[in-house]
Amino acid sequence: MPDNAGGVPYLRIERVTKSFGGFQALKGVSLDIHAGELVCFLGPSGCGKTTLLRAIAGLDVQSAGAIHQAGRDISSLPPAERDFGIVFQSYALFPNLSVAANVGYGLVSRRGARAEIARRVAELLQMVGLPDQGGKYPPQLSGGQQQRVALARALALSPGLLLLDEPLSALDARVRVHLRHEIHALQRRLKVTTILVTHDQEEALTMADRVVVMNQGVIEQVGTPEEIYRRPVSAFVADFVGRMNFLPAEAMGVGRVRFAGMELVCAESFDGLAPGTAISLCLRPEDVVVRGAAERGNVFEARIAELEFFGTHFRAELRPLAAPETMVAADFSINAMQDLDLKAGDKVSVALPAERLRIFPRDGGGAA
Amino acid sequence: MTAIAVGASAARSVRARIGRDGWIMRGLLLLLTAYLLVTVAFPLYALLRKSFLDKHGSFIGLGNYTRYFSDPALAESLPNTFFIAGAGTIISIALAFSYAYALSRSCMPWRRLFRGIALVPLLAPSLLPALSLIYLFGNQGLLKSWLMGHSIYGPIGILLGEVFFAFPHAVIIILTSLAMADQRLYEAAIALRASPWRIFFTVTLPGCRYGLISACFVVFTLIFTDFGVPKVIGGQFDVLATDVYKQVIGQFNFEAGAVVGMLLLFPAVISFAADRIVQRRQVALLSARAVPYEPKPDRLRDAVAFVFCLLATVFLIGIPGTAAYASFIKYWPYDMTLTWANYDFNNIDTQGWAAYANSLILATWTAVIGTAIVFFGAYLVEKTTGFRRMRGFVQFLCMVPLAVPGLVLGLSYIFFFNDRANPLVFLYLTMAILVINTIAHFYTVCHLTAVTALKQLDAEFEAVSASLKVPFYRTFWRVTVPICLPAVVDIAAYYFINAMTTVSAVVFLYSANTKLASISVLNMDDAGNTANAAAMGMTIVVTSAVLKLLQTVLLRGLNRRTQAWRRR
Repeated sequence: MPDNAGGVPYLRIERVTKSFGGFQALKGVSLDIHAGELVCFLGPSGCGKTTLLRAIAGLDVQSAGAIHQAGRDISSLPPAERDFGIVFQSYALFPNLSVAANVGYGLVSRRGARAEIARRVAELLQMVGLPDQGGKYPPQLSGGQQQRVALARALALSPGLLLLDEPLSALDARVRVHLRHEIHALQRRLKVTTILVTHDQEEALTMADRVVVMNQGVIEQVGTPEEIYRRPVSAFVADFVGRMNFLPAEAMGVGRVRFAGMELVCAESFDGLAPGTAISLCLRPEDVVVRGAAERGNVFEARIAELEFFGTHFRAELRPLAAPETMVAADFSINAMQDLDLKAGDKVSVALPAERLRIFPRDGGGAA
Repeated sequence: MTAIAVGASAARSVRARIGRDGWIMRGLLLLLTAYLLVTVAFPLYALLRKSFLDKHGSFIGLGNYTRYFSDPALAESLPNTFFIAGAGTIISIALAFSYAYALSRSCMPWRRLFRGIALVPLLAPSLLPALSLIYLFGNQGLLKSWLMGHSIYGPIGILLGEVFFAFPHAVIIILTSLAMADQRLYEAAIALRASPWRIFFTVTLPGCRYGLISACFVVFTLIFTDFGVPKVIGGQFDVLATDVYKQVIGQFNFEAGAVVGMLLLFPAVISFAADRIVQRRQVALLSARAVPYEPKPDRLRDAVAFVFCLLATVFLIGIPGTAAYASFIKYWPYDMTLTWANYDFNNIDTQGWAAYANSLILATWTAVIGTAIVFFGAYLVEKTTGFRRMRGFVQFLCMVPLAVPGLVLGLSYIFFFNDRANPLVFLYLTMAILVINTIAHFYTVCHLTAVTALKQLDAEFEAVSASLKVPFYRTFWRVTVPICLPAVVDIAAYYFINAMTTVSAVVFLYSANTKLASISVLNMDDAGNTANAAAMGMTIVVTSAVLKLLQTVLLRGLNRRTQAWRRR
């Protein structure tokens, strides 16, 4: 597949709508996916991510809108006439067929020569790291191994598009992290255009070239994992991806907000907001600065109301002295905690870096 | 590279194109619909229509009904039937509940054996317990004195026979609902120091109340519409089922037969509808995380349970046992020497053993064809995508036979198939119509067995095979059928045994060449050859028992062979 980023997209989704009775699961979704990309559909359950995946596969055809794959309009085609491989959350392995028969299931029906098929099956099993498991039956394998078999089966016909529907969510944490890397590496190697549906933000951030954040049938944001994390475009994305403080504040002038009786500088421009408009001031807990806070801007005094140990860091619950009813969550590194000798109940100076602050309208929802 | 959410107003609406698989499945579904219409819906319509027509085929409204109810002798059967069904239901449910409770809530020995014994009545036509009761309590009965002057020919005999006949059906349903008990509820009740009685009334009973209600409906309908027991032991005590038979076979009064048929259909339809509602509630009661209940030993309770089950076993084994014994007796009760003579059917009846052979042929064809239609039909209903209304309609047609008593179905078949205007009239009085009728008669239970098995399969098998460009019928054959083989065996066995034992529907449809063993029992008894009737009944029981055994062995073998992949 030629890499034609910037050119014609491999998969083009145009204003796709899906209604179930009166309920709109997808409300006019448009998206371009390029050849060789790994795109994650991320969102809470019921956001429409699986519905969109099933529309792309033709399993539940959309009510309106078009889908083009490799220049071909596939909008109304039945699944058997589309070009994709799919892995379901349940794997849907045929329990009465051996691993080899599962992987070769689609090959056999193409009436290939027996030896050719056996060679291909062996190659696929080798590829997913299960070279000698062909004779076993799926229920004899662990969850992670079943997952690999499902992946090998989906790739057997060398599809142009690989669809993964929550493929890792049935596995325990350790296996999940391991398989995440493997799938990622395999996808890189094969350069197969891949869509991964997940509700696990960590999975999306670590694996995806681009993340598509969905909510209530619409796309909230599309971007690289870093864009999504650093520059969320809506309060929903800010809240759903990672941890975020939503602090009650008020717009003042250009680049200035009022929070807890203080005036803070904010790098983000927000020209549209009249002074006095209620806003949410957003900041990730790990961006709260405690070391050398005094030398920086946007500094205030707060009391450490509570400390929670997370292994890699401490999470502090800060109460600004000027506004003790407001809670600011902050992550402090173990080093900082030791160096500054911080304990619950201590008074501490913290800074909110201007370039990390983001602002959303108060009614934007998602404020915690 | 960017995504824009745009209002859908301008977007072109899409109709999914139906692929090759889709067309094939739809075509087959239409074929199934046509089949069920012809074998279930149309005959019932013919019956309904007939009940409003006179002998010459002109419409007379409710004329047949008013004539029926104005005949005092006939109108008496209605209260009689309600009395028998009501009393029979109360007794059977009380006994069946105690039995099922003992099986599931005690640690008495022999529980597996008792469980099997409860199902013994299913192996025999309902004529057989009535025959045994005559041997025990009839005019020449060994235990006649036990009745203290009362006659077995009448309500007492009918009730005893019906309780035996309905018992296994009630036990199966109640056992299932008792098995769904959640151990944690009992632990919570004990932790709150509730007394055993309080636990029984606040945990056990509410937990299985839907099963109890369901069992009541099923048993009531069974007894209300049963024909075999009152036919043999009813004497002068008429019930609706024997009325239909007398009107149609005895007097060729088809119109009156149609009226009684409709009367039989009503309570069955009502209890069927009520049962569906109850079943729906029962599902909502299930919790996925329930811990199955396991009883702890309790000497007194286990002893009581054991004695009760032992007594029930005397009844359950004693009744067919009596028939078995009587079938070897030369001349009950005067010459009790043992003989094989009663099994020499060819001496009694021109058909003789041929009737038994016919039964085997019917049972085999019904099992083979019926299982194929039911299982593939259930697959189509469950796995076809789209075509929702059609699937709903087929699903409904599949449920109808459960509400139709055998006598009513048999009668409907006369009206529908013995009609010169019907191109299928050539089927009338052939073995084929017996097979078709028996398949339709027991369709629902088999359909539900198949649906339950299919629902346990991963819903995405079809999607996966479509993505691999494998046609659905290949996956059906390579994956669906092998996984569901135990259910397929169960369906085939159920069909076979019911085809062996059924009397009610086929009694209207057999011909001289297609007489069945169960019909022979009826005819021999009618002719006064009771010992031969008992002997023929025993051939049915033995055949059913052998098949049941075969089924068990087959399932065990299947289980062993597929151990590698079957998770149990």
